[in-house]
Amino acid sequence: MIALGLEGSANKIGIGLILHPDTPNGTPTKPPVILSNLRHTYISPAGSGFLPKDTALHHRAWVVRLIKQAVRQAKVKVEDIDCICYTKGPGMGAPLQSVALAARTLSLLWGKPLVGVNHCVGHIEMGRAITAASNPVVLYVSGGNTQVIAYSAQRYRIFGETLDIAIGNCIDRFARTLLIPNDPFPGYNVEQLAKKGKHLVDLPYGVKGMDTSFSGILAAADILATKISDTLPEEERLKSEDGELITKEDLCFSLQETAYAMLVEITERAMAHVGSRQVLVVGGVGSNLRLQEMMGLMARDRGGMVFATDERFCIDNGIMIAHAGLLEYGTGVRMPFEESTCTQRFRTDEVFVGWRD
Amino acid sequence: MSPPLDPTPVDADADVDVDTDTAPLHTLPPPFNLSALTPLTQGAEALVYTTTFLTSSTHVVLKYRPPKPYRHPTLDKRLTKARLLAEARVLVKCRREGVQVPAVLGGDWEEGWLVLEFVEGGTVRGVLDGWAEGVRIMGGEEKVWALMGRVGRAVGRLHEVGVVHGDLTTSNLMVRGPSPPEGRGGGEHMQRQAQSDPEPDILDGEIVLIDFGLATQSVHEEERAVDLYVLERAFAATHPAAEHLFKEVLRAYGESFKGAKVVLRRLEDVRLRGRKRSMLG
Ligand SMILES: Nc1ncnc2c1ncn2[C@@H]1O[C@H](COP(=O)(O)OP(=O)(O)OP(=O)(O)O)[C@@H](O)[C@H]1O
Ligand SMILES: [Mg+2]
Repeated sequence: MIALGLEGSANKIGIGLILHPDTPNGTPTKPPVILSNLRHTYISPAGSGFLPKDTALHHRAWVVRLIKQAVRQAKVKVEDIDCICYTKGPGMGAPLQSVALAARTLSLLWGKPLVGVNHCVGHIEMGRAITAASNPVVLYVSGGNTQVIAYSAQRYRIFGETLDIAIGNCIDRFARTLLIPNDPFPGYNVEQLAKKGKHLVDLPYGVKGMDTSFSGILAAADILATKISDTLPEEERLKSEDGELITKEDLCFSLQETAYAMLVEITERAMAHVGSRQVLVVGGVGSNLRLQEMMGLMARDRGGMVFATDERFCIDNGIMIAHAGLLEYGTGVRMPFEESTCTQRFRTDEVFVGWRD
Repeated sequence: MSPPLDPTPVDADADVDVDTDTAPLHTLPPPFNLSALTPLTQGAEALVYTTTFLTSSTHVVLKYRPPKPYRHPTLDKRLTKARLLAEARVLVKCRREGVQVPAVLGGDWEEGWLVLEFVEGGTVRGVLDGWAEGVRIMGGEEKVWALMGRVGRAVGRLHEVGVVHGDLTTSNLMVRGPSPPEGRGGGEHMQRQAQSDPEPDILDGEIVLIDFGLATQSVHEEERAVDLYVLERAFAATHPAAEHLFKEVLRAYGESFKGAKVVLRRLEDVRLRGRKRSMLG
């Protein structure tokens, strides 16, 4: 079976085609094959975030081009495609709608059924497929989400999540405060700067059970950022214990060390609680190598291992939507055309996972 | 067509055998060594052992927080010390106020260990799992309701004395009683069953709160409400089959102390915030 996947819940539009080669009774028995995986990112100027309206315009401008190119690259004929999968939510309203509209149009044009996919479940299923992790605790970290998830009884259950803002959002806004560029994406630039940081500055460490809070870090970072400016007289500038000036690099380093320690800790707590030794990191922030490294050290201490994917699959893409959609399609679920809406709020645990035992 | 996906995990030693726990992963600080210790569990942060302390008949738990290799050493020391001190202080306070918690028998925050009274019994998590799997006794459902009521009152009592737990899960709530068959003291339990004595049932046991590393001393309704929210979500995620029981926890909590009703109202706000938070991909 072959599916076309369309994703556009945030500032990236992703189009991909996936093949499930061998599906007796709709259940894949072999790993999926990626036929094409294209993406285009809307990048806003440094110091500003992406607004829903501009992002939706961006997606509308790119969607047709990307679909054409993806189908061509996959070397499939329209007749070979079984269904069209699109992101139903969660995400930003206008961008979601622009892509859902494209999916509906294609569905009518080609006479193909639609599958509405939960974005988070897309990340999880793609991560499982790529890494072959069978039943991991999942840390899902992106611009809009921070969740610790484990599967049980036909649902991905949320054990922990952020009590305020998402980790990716925290990093992006922190980067904006320090006027770090958004290209290719703020988290990447923070990661590069952090490599040159040496001094750990105290930041609020917000862990409540398996939940986290990042708003305190952000507030502290905003204050700290004003104290490192080189326009200040030297004696007013922030210094480390041994009297060295604190730099932008040090702040990035401290942000990463603190925020990622929080994420690893809540993941470890969930692993202890459910008794699992595998951990899978998905979502855009999951492509951060320092986070992967820290997670690996934690998992090793528990006699387990960490699974992660690279930016092709971690960062929002159409393939994951195609893959998760096709899994659901394989169980016989059909979405009536009238129900092919989208929604900004769509919790991971609302999805009935009929394709797992 | 692209080749099939490469299923190589990142940063994992290929030879880590997930199913064996042979070689110890940690060494213990003096005065402890592994020989006299029986590993109980590897908790979220701590390695928990049973042993005897001072006299050979005093059963205790050794809770050791080893350094976390993933954490920056400065941050790690700061957290371990803060949590160990918070835990010890809160345990002492709770005991003084008559809240059911294990007694603190000793500790060293530089080295990261605490010795606590051993609580005979099991975690609420284990009890509920056993119950859901059909280890139901006569009057099972009623007894579980009663147990949930005691959980609500125990948390209420804790809040009343000015402590917020910070990590309420069913793993951090214990039920005092005969250990479940698979746990310690199982033999004894089986014997009693064989003699068909009126069997002391773990479901009747009293609730003991443990694991206070994230506890704070606070009487703020917001923090109390978040405490309940954390428990509610852990409950729903861990025990889908028993999710309906949680309302009994909240009902009993609501009647347990003067400010409780206000906290329950605040809990609705906290929930709403959780649901409404825009979740962007
Ligand atoms: N006093 C005790 N008596 C009996 N069993 C205990 C006791 N304390 C802990 N346990 C057992 O050990 C497990 C882990 O202990 P605990 O929750 O204190 O550690 P943890 O989760 O690693 O805590 P922390 O997050 O503070 O490091 C408990 O869930 C319980 O099964
Ligand atoms: Mg615990």
